[in-house]
Amino acid sequence: MSENTATAAVAPTSGPPGESRARRAVTGFLGSAAGRNTGLVVALVLLCLVGVITAGDRFADVDNLLTILRLASVIGVVSVGMTFVITGGGIDLSVGAIVALSSVWATTLATQSVANDTHWLVLVSTAVAVGAGCGVVNGVLIAYGRIVAFIATLAMFAAARGLAEIISNRKTQIVNVQGFTQFFDASVLGVPVLIIIFAVVAIAGWVVLNRTTFGRRTFAVGGNPEAARLAGIDVRRHTVLLYTLLGVCCGIAAVMLIARTTTGSSTHGGLYELDAIAAVVIGGTLLSGGRGTIAGTVFGVLIFTTLSNVFTLNNLSISAQAVAKGAIIVAAVLLQQRLARRGDT
Amino acid sequence: MSHNRITRARTFAAILATGVALTACTGNTPDTTPQAGGQAGAKVANDEPGEKVVIGFSAPAADHGWMAAISAAAKTEAEKYSDVELKVVEGTNDVSLQISQVETFINDKVDAIVLLPFDGAAMTPVALKAMKAGITVINVDRAFDSPFAARSTVLGDNYGMGVSAGTYVCEKLKGKSDAVVAEIAGIDSLPLTQDRSKGFADALGECGLNVDNRVAAEFTVESGEKAAANLLQAAPRIDAIWNHDDDQGVGVMAAIKNSGRGEFFVVGGAGSANVMREIKADNGLHKATVVYPSTQGADGIRLARLAVQGKSLGDLVEVEVPRQIELFAPVVTKDNVDDYLPTAFES
Repeated sequence: MSENTATAAVAPTSGPPGESRARRAVTGFLGSAAGRNTGLVVALVLLCLVGVITAGDRFADVDNLLTILRLASVIGVVSVGMTFVITGGGIDLSVGAIVALSSVWATTLATQSVANDTHWLVLVSTAVAVGAGCGVVNGVLIAYGRIVAFIATLAMFAAARGLAEIISNRKTQIVNVQGFTQFFDASVLGVPVLIIIFAVVAIAGWVVLNRTTFGRRTFAVGGNPEAARLAGIDVRRHTVLLYTLLGVCCGIAAVMLIARTTTGSSTHGGLYELDAIAAVVIGGTLLSGGRGTIAGTVFGVLIFTTLSNVFTLNNLSISAQAVAKGAIIVAAVLLQQRLARRGDT
Repeated sequence: MSHNRITRARTFAAILATGVALTACTGNTPDTTPQAGGQAGAKVANDEPGEKVVIGFSAPAADHGWMAAISAAAKTEAEKYSDVELKVVEGTNDVSLQISQVETFINDKVDAIVLLPFDGAAMTPVALKAMKAGITVINVDRAFDSPFAARSTVLGDNYGMGVSAGTYVCEKLKGKSDAVVAEIAGIDSLPLTQDRSKGFADALGECGLNVDNRVAAEFTVESGEKAAANLLQAAPRIDAIWNHDDDQGVGVMAAIKNSGRGEFFVVGGAGSANVMREIKADNGLHKATVVYPSTQGADGIRLARLAVQGKSLGDLVEVEVPRQIELFAPVVTKDNVDDYLPTAFES
């Protein structure tokens, strides 16, 4: 899969004259998106190899594969949205809280009774609308209120979960909407609906980021907002749109979580912000913005969920898993920095 | 292995279908299938090794002593039986991850799953899936919201815990109708916390008292300190405090110590060893605690083994393992603390 950078057109593509052709080819490949994704594929394959060696057929099994993908799907959808915001030079710490708020709002007795009288899509659209609304608030505060993204979304992080607790009275709300669970529990050609949703979101995200004006503007805004503004892009409007897009993704993730648990709760989505940012960063998207890859993010999510699966299969504790996760993040970022430096020379 | 499971699945289906509980007593030799039993009511030496049982165990993150004790006790119990193989995935407060752990158990075709859900309602769909796959699910501590999601449920008596604490407070404050009673609850979103609070309020109501100040913590030391500090700020005079959980109690006592106050007595909850030692020494604010057994997971392991092997519960006449076991919530005071200290958990 290809990838764009805002500076691609002006960056020198050849190395210094003294450098050997072969080395240039290698660094060029490693520095390119394909090279980075190759690194991720290798990491994932290694992880799978560990899985097969330690757990054998229990790992290499269709049911187990589906278990991994189902676990990946909810956080995966959030991470795709997060890729846009980070590529656009921002950050969002409130995604977990938005997922919780959307899940609670969509499962209140009022929403459920309306959904039962009309259609379960009411529940879905409520969750998505709440997510989008939170995204708009984030975006407006950042773009027009000139509040640093870190702080604005930190405020949303606290407020959205608090609001979710108020609405739900800190109780778990059970979903009893006709048709909703049946739809999301189903499989198409053996593939569960949740996984299909993740695939659709990921593919749509890739197309939007790499093949549309919106995507190009995202790279431009993240790479150099001032240059983007001078080039005629409405940077503030675009920023609002980016956070709204992420909010919509959170709404979709909330629907998936409601389907997976048949509940809405203010405790849903705990630490999703960190999981999503970690997946995006090890995928190769620059935290400083201007460079981003959806394929990398998808691999990042898969690496973490496969890791957790391998640990579960081997009876290892969550604590050991957290340590491994930390090591992977550091290794990925160090590698990224090396590649970025080489790319600059 | 998979053949055994199919046999058992079929047996289980048969039990469900006929609704007749004739299959309970089986010999203790591995090759006897439950159908071959037919000697209902016969005596079975439950601890003798039977057919091999693979049990998956999953619980929330061990972020406080009680929860850590749950997993530890379950592991210790499983090690006592040569016919039990325990797979433990410990510790997550992310329901999505806990669901995938249970899905892994289903893929592994374990015989039984002992599940202490982070959120009972949220784990119900996957427990139903496990039951449909013929796996014996034993629900511990936090109940599912469907009766079909578990073969048996082991619960602490949360409402009873509140009643025990409330009754004790009533006794101690007898005659003081203007007494100020405060409550430091655990995680408010859990039905078990709501049950405890209801029991407490109901028992206080019996003697004309009520909860004047209520705050909620999250079972952790840090959250207990924060909640108690707020409470002490809000209430200038308190006569009694019931704290739902002795783990968060470590933080609660730290906050009380910092405030320099001590005009009240404290009743604990869950029953940690350090609180019981304080009660025994009778030199602190803790005068009592209400036990919430940390051996529920271990009981779950035993029940799972019995249910899969088709054995009955020793001292009951019943030939099947019961559907639900609700544990007792006794009040521990200076007078009876020695009975409970040995099984208390370290926080």
